[in-house]
Amino acid sequence: MLKDITLGQFFPGKSLIHRLDPRAKLLILLAYFVALFLAKSYISYGLMVLFLAAATMIARIPFKSMTRGLKPMLIFIILTAVLNLLYTKGGRLLLSWKFIHIYTEGIKSAVFMALRIILLICGSFLLTYTTSPIALTDALERLLSPLKFIKVPVHELAMMMCIALRFIPTLIEETDKIMSAQKARGANFETGSLLKRAKALIPILVPLFVSAFRRADELATAMECRCYHGGEGRTRMKVLRFTWLDLGAFAVAGLLLAAVIVLRHFGL
Amino acid sequence: MDPTNPILEVKDLTHVYSAGTPFEHTAIEHISFSVGAGELIGLIGHTGSGKSTLIQHLNGLLKPTSGKVLFHGEDIWKDKKFTQSIRGRVGLVFQYPEYQLFEETCFKDIAFGPKNQGITGNELTERVYRAAAFVGLDKDILEKSPFDLSGGQKRRVAIAGVIAMEPEVLILDEPTAGLDAAGRDGILQNILDYREAQKATVIMVSHAMEEVANLCQRLIVMRKAAIAMDGTPDQVFTRARELTEMGLSVPQVTEIFLELQRRGIPVPDSVYTLSQAISALQKLKGGKTPC
Repeated sequence: MLKDITLGQFFPGKSLIHRLDPRAKLLILLAYFVALFLAKSYISYGLMVLFLAAATMIARIPFKSMTRGLKPMLIFIILTAVLNLLYTKGGRLLLSWKFIHIYTEGIKSAVFMALRIILLICGSFLLTYTTSPIALTDALERLLSPLKFIKVPVHELAMMMCIALRFIPTLIEETDKIMSAQKARGANFETGSLLKRAKALIPILVPLFVSAFRRADELATAMECRCYHGGEGRTRMKVLRFTWLDLGAFAVAGLLLAAVIVLRHFGL
Repeated sequence: MDPTNPILEVKDLTHVYSAGTPFEHTAIEHISFSVGAGELIGLIGHTGSGKSTLIQHLNGLLKPTSGKVLFHGEDIWKDKKFTQSIRGRVGLVFQYPEYQLFEETCFKDIAFGPKNQGITGNELTERVYRAAAFVGLDKDILEKSPFDLSGGQKRRVAIAGVIAMEPEVLILDEPTAGLDAAGRDGILQNILDYREAQKATVIMVSHAMEEVANLCQRLIVMRKAAIAMDGTPDQVFTRARELTEMGLSVPQVTEIFLELQRRGIPVPDSVYTLSQAISALQKLKGGKTPC
């Protein structure tokens, strides 16, 4: 069922990570990404894994949900690893058979590349698992607010993103319902040629678009009825405030980044 | 009803949504009942009691987590083709069915179901006209776009879209939700006409107690994923107090008679229609005609 798509879905909770300011989480994720791309040695990768594992444990996110998120990317990860394995030269030649030559450096780069992608994905998942979409857009709006001076409509963009995120589950539910209704009338989406299956989508897409437009119209009216007129002079119900907790988190992330940079400097 | 020849049988049916995720949720649990050919059944229950999940099992839209659904004694999941054919023989009209209209004209939309059954040509045209007649749609409306119609007319077109498959069992999820009184009575009459003409079995999900109390011969009450009561309106409304405890409304007359009982006036237990109420009150006054 469509509803079962839970990738990156927010798990409500009260852990330290959940309680962090969403801006802090976004900035820390950014620092984590930078560190990830600077890491060059087993030690620095070990540090990165340790950091992520600790954060996951503190957030009380089951490791199973993390690995489940990786599943759709598995082919991509394996492909990257294999390409790196085959095309990186250097170090000792381990295996040579016909056109396949495997060097020690190749193994190293394959492992690092796969690890980098896995850590990248898991890090992002940790953010979306522990931060509600609303908090995330709020944070983005605040972090990007300096762009207002060069006339970027930051508030409007954030509002659009917020509405889009809000309506994803609604539209998925709606699609499910329309699909069931058309199936009840004998529609068949599972068999037939590609063209036939594409045509079978019309009875789903037309009602879906009609209802999406209807919803958009109703929402716009409802917002205007409550005097919405854009972001100017708008106050918030939940004001974001940095706390000591955020400071601590920044310190840990800063330490990680610094450690990776220092290690890189020493060629490790 | 012929109890020896049930048209639909539900045996120990359980359905679990999103099994194995944090969002796991058991919608119905160990449900068993059977439906005789030609019955008119009202299915009632609070929001989230599992009614919608249950009816989607009856035409093979949802696959049971465990248990079976038998149609004329055969498991509807026995093979893919059979499951597909069941959808035409057990017609399901969803809640707010007007939101599933998609064709350019009402005619084409009503023809969608029978066309999927493999019906073509004159037979198809006839089916559409017949279905339209059942729901009281004029022929000139059939050439209009469904998006230009009023809410009530759209609902009729959508119901006609299922009726056109001429199902032996017609299941409707809140067919009158959001309609005014006149539209409500009209659609209910259409459903009764179809049942009469086709000797069809009808299962109607409803919140409106007055509606099911007056129409149906059998009521199934669902509560927390299971069947709480199953019987004639008489039997069910005798337990009116339990119904109110479940958070279900009872017909207004029943409510008045419950209150009369509470105040010590000797009135019978299950009063759910106006005529019953009148005769009960007449009896109380000693057979004199009421004023």
